[in-house]
Amino acid sequence: MIDYIQPDYEVVRNKELCIKCKVCVRQCANKVHMYDEKRDVLYVDNSKCVNCHRCVTLCPAKALKIVKTDHCFKPSANYTEDIIKDIYRQADTGGVLLSSMGTPKSYPVYWDKILLNASQVTNPSIDPLREPMEIRTYLGKKPEEIRYLPDGSIEAEKYSNLELKVPIMFSAMSYGSISKNAHLALAKAAETLGTFYNTGEGGLHEDLYKYGPNTIVQVASGRFGVHPAYLGAGAAIEIKIGQGAKPGIGGHLPGSKIGPEVSRTRMIPMGTDAISPAPHHDIYSIEDLRQLVYSLKEATDYKKPVIVKIAAVHNVAAIASGIARSGADIIAIDGFRGGTGAAPTRIRDNVGIPIELALAAVDTRLREEGIRNSVGIVVGGSVRTSGDVVKAIALGADAVYIATPALLAIGCHLCRSCHAGRCNWGIATQVPELVQRLNPEVAARRLVNLVSAWAHEIKEIMGGMGINSIEALRGNRLMLRGVGMTQKELDILGIKHAGE
Amino acid sequence: MKNTDKAAQYVIIGNGVAGIGAIEAIRKRDKEGKITVITDEKYPCYGRPLISYYLEGMTTRDKMDYRPAGFYSAMNVSLVLGERVDKIDAKAHKVMCGNKSYPYDKLLIATGSSPVVPPTEGYDNVRKKFTFNKLDDALAIEKAVDKSSRVLIIGAGLTGLKAAEGLYPRVGSITVVDMADRVLPAVMDADASAIIRKYLEGKGIKFYLSDCVSSYGDGFATLRSGAEIDFDVLVTAVGVRPNTALAAEIGCAVERMTESGRPFRGIVVGDDQMTNVKDVYAAGDCTLSYDVTFGNTRPLFIQPNAYMQGETAGTFMSGGSREKRNYLPVNAGGFLGLHIITAGSYDGEPLTIEENGSFHRFFVKDGKLRGFIQIGGYSRVGILTDMIRRQTDIESVDFASLVRNPGLAALGMDYVHSVLGKEGA
Amino acid sequence: MKRVYVKEEWCLGCRLCEYWCVYSGSGEKNFPFAFDGGATPPAGMQVEEVGPIHFAVDCRHCDDPLCLKGCISGALYRDGYGAVRVDKTKCVGCHTCIAMCPYGCIVDGGDNKPIKKCQLCAGRDYTPQCVLHCPNEAIVFEEE
Repeated sequence: MIDYIQPDYEVVRNKELCIKCKVCVRQCANKVHMYDEKRDVLYVDNSKCVNCHRCVTLCPAKALKIVKTDHCFKPSANYTEDIIKDIYRQADTGGVLLSSMGTPKSYPVYWDKILLNASQVTNPSIDPLREPMEIRTYLGKKPEEIRYLPDGSIEAEKYSNLELKVPIMFSAMSYGSISKNAHLALAKAAETLGTFYNTGEGGLHEDLYKYGPNTIVQVASGRFGVHPAYLGAGAAIEIKIGQGAKPGIGGHLPGSKIGPEVSRTRMIPMGTDAISPAPHHDIYSIEDLRQLVYSLKEATDYKKPVIVKIAAVHNVAAIASGIARSGADIIAIDGFRGGTGAAPTRIRDNVGIPIELALAAVDTRLREEGIRNSVGIVVGGSVRTSGDVVKAIALGADAVYIATPALLAIGCHLCRSCHAGRCNWGIATQVPELVQRLNPEVAARRLVNLVSAWAHEIKEIMGGMGINSIEALRGNRLMLRGVGMTQKELDILGIKHAGE
Repeated sequence: MKNTDKAAQYVIIGNGVAGIGAIEAIRKRDKEGKITVITDEKYPCYGRPLISYYLEGMTTRDKMDYRPAGFYSAMNVSLVLGERVDKIDAKAHKVMCGNKSYPYDKLLIATGSSPVVPPTEGYDNVRKKFTFNKLDDALAIEKAVDKSSRVLIIGAGLTGLKAAEGLYPRVGSITVVDMADRVLPAVMDADASAIIRKYLEGKGIKFYLSDCVSSYGDGFATLRSGAEIDFDVLVTAVGVRPNTALAAEIGCAVERMTESGRPFRGIVVGDDQMTNVKDVYAAGDCTLSYDVTFGNTRPLFIQPNAYMQGETAGTFMSGGSREKRNYLPVNAGGFLGLHIITAGSYDGEPLTIEENGSFHRFFVKDGKLRGFIQIGGYSRVGILTDMIRRQTDIESVDFASLVRNPGLAALGMDYVHSVLGKEGA
Repeated sequence: MKRVYVKEEWCLGCRLCEYWCVYSGSGEKNFPFAFDGGATPPAGMQVEEVGPIHFAVDCRHCDDPLCLKGCISGALYRDGYGAVRVDKTKCVGCHTCIAMCPYGCIVDGGDNKPIKKCQLCAGRDYTPQCVLHCPNEAIVFEEE
């Protein structure tokens, strides 16, 4: 069979620098680099390169780089190279195309069209190095009113909330889609940072139960690894309805990734595909959802907040309103640019709506209905920087979920090949010798560094606005201005255009 | 007699590495005591085996000192050069050199060994004749030879062959004679010996084995076999004997019978290196050592052992103590580019690996590695030496992998953790 | 004294430590220059492999260094820091230390050339390059 598809990348070796240490050969799980002993020559198979930079990063002589090939098709703005290659691939295999991580398509990124305010003269800014700056966040249902008890004291909190030292949590990534060492790193970092990581739908490895106070345990349509001890282990329970990268679609972890430990954790036989159905088969209405929310609360003595996570889709505001009324404590909304370990390419690249618009719509709707205080709102799906965090909170979120930045922090180079299972960085793989590449101590330290840096930046930005409490930033859309947007977009975001 | 109010006085006879081992051990415990080293040589301690490397041009006079300049003053040692100890007065705790005497509380005899020169007709009339043990020997030989010299070496042991190597670039021809039927008879078995002989013959060195000189004439030697060898320079290197005279005079035991009824000569010492005479210790070539591979006490003319025995002696002399060491013969060196390492005894079942011109033979007895011979292409063989030293059971390790490619992994991960972990080393 | 310790749990067998060891010993500033002369590892650091397990073996700088005690030339010495080092100008390449080291941490430097061993990167301010460049922190430099 003729292969119509030529390599996307070329490995370029600077022979003057190369010392033939062969670390590239030893470290490339895709077997791009090879060594011919007889000729004493290093050579490459570019067609296997996913551009993950493992070889480039580890090359001690800095002799390698990877370039996008300049081999080309006749240029077309319509039939682009990507489209042509996808068609070839499907003609080869007859299969649904799979992709990983967030969509690379050039949809508008509204974060980049929103600008932040700062104080000048009349409302002095605050120096966070000199004055206290509170970013601690309580996530969950808030009391409707303040009540005094007969002895004159204020009634203690009625609803259990999650206490976040920083308004940033690590989003759901299942054990199975990512490695145990990656999970361990997230857990350790969450503990150090005073925030939470999320098990995803793959259950919780027994070694990680000790991080329970910083763990959100997820209940998804496959119900993998869900049992009373699991529910009891976490600080909160998240019902996963949908994921931004693949709204309306279930999950499919191939049997090859179900080794003994994943099998035990997920409570499924080794080597079987782990298929998460598209819907929860017991949820066809808000009433059904309410039943699950309360079942989980019942199972955990009403001690743990329940989160309902949905993908950002067209009717997100109405759906969120329903969720708020279902008894859930927190709504998590995942935008369409969010990441995934594997998703059908066409779904990822075409379904869902931007998180910025979804968030604004949900916050507005819940305020209008007077139920905004009955739920916390967490948004994810491409929150890339501390600037995005501040804009999300000003648009109405209580906190954000980050995943791609977390993975980048621990070595991910966004080669978007997670679905192949041979992650050279030990993150999206279950191959023991690849998993070993991720030392959780190192990874946890890098995660703590990242989030601590963002926390500093958030305080810096807030100080510039003259705001010293995250409470005063939340939903404070006056701090935002749009650039280059239509009036409709500004209306949905509920912000003014710059200069207004 | 030792006076506890004043600093201890240590006297060391001999300036070899045993003495250095003792000095370094004493100074770990006792910074105040007076240490005197007396040697009949004119030089501070030098690496004695270096003399062949010196001739060969691989080291220079200034690089041969065993310790850096300033060592003796830093260690506060008084070094007496060029004086010969005439006698020890053990009762009075004194060492006598001519009309001088040196009092001691603790004495270390580290007098080393001296070359044996077999009595041979005409030897006294040979003009340029040398032994090959000391720096002065090498300096004298250096002056005596030129590019046209024909050198006759008596003895194909380590000393004889190292002399041959040292002289090789400086002389015209080299002939080696030995009574044994092979070269390096003490450290090689027949097969290994043949490899070395063939290699050296390839370099142009001539051997007369199973033969000896019956008489020396004017510029020639007549062998027992009848062969005549013309030579200009004679080097006798048939072996050494321990210098035990001083010790014997004060009543130290200097001989021990073996089971076979053959006596081993050398000063008899305990695990603390003390002789049977109070406050008198001995270390190095002049003593008998317990050889863990043979399981008996015998002379081990091996520099590493000399240092470690001196160190043990110094430790006990200064009031300390240490675990008993397991000594064993270990030899390493090159012969004109062919490198060898041997260790232990060759009493056992041989296992041989020959590849790419290298030769590796291992001797196993009672489930333990007893010794090995390595010629060329070896690496990390100290791991095997250590197995001999520790008398490791070969069933407990991956022996097949160890002999091919020595590594710690083959000794088991528990062992790896114990030596590489924080509690190790 | 700080020593180099290896955590085999995180050793990937990439062997970068071996190459950084060569670099460190070369005294060169630029990494590739260290290999100009055709130098090849090991130079002191050696990675062992047993099945899926890898671990690097480096000189222990023993309290009882048999290499140093066996050295015929006095080329091996303990420096002020506590590292057991080789004075390359004094070493004659007799390999007695190779025969003595229980851990196999001394490497043949070639015929008539000095041996190679871990110098604890004394020439680089005692910053062991193997530790500095281990991609997975499988080698650490710590107090006992």
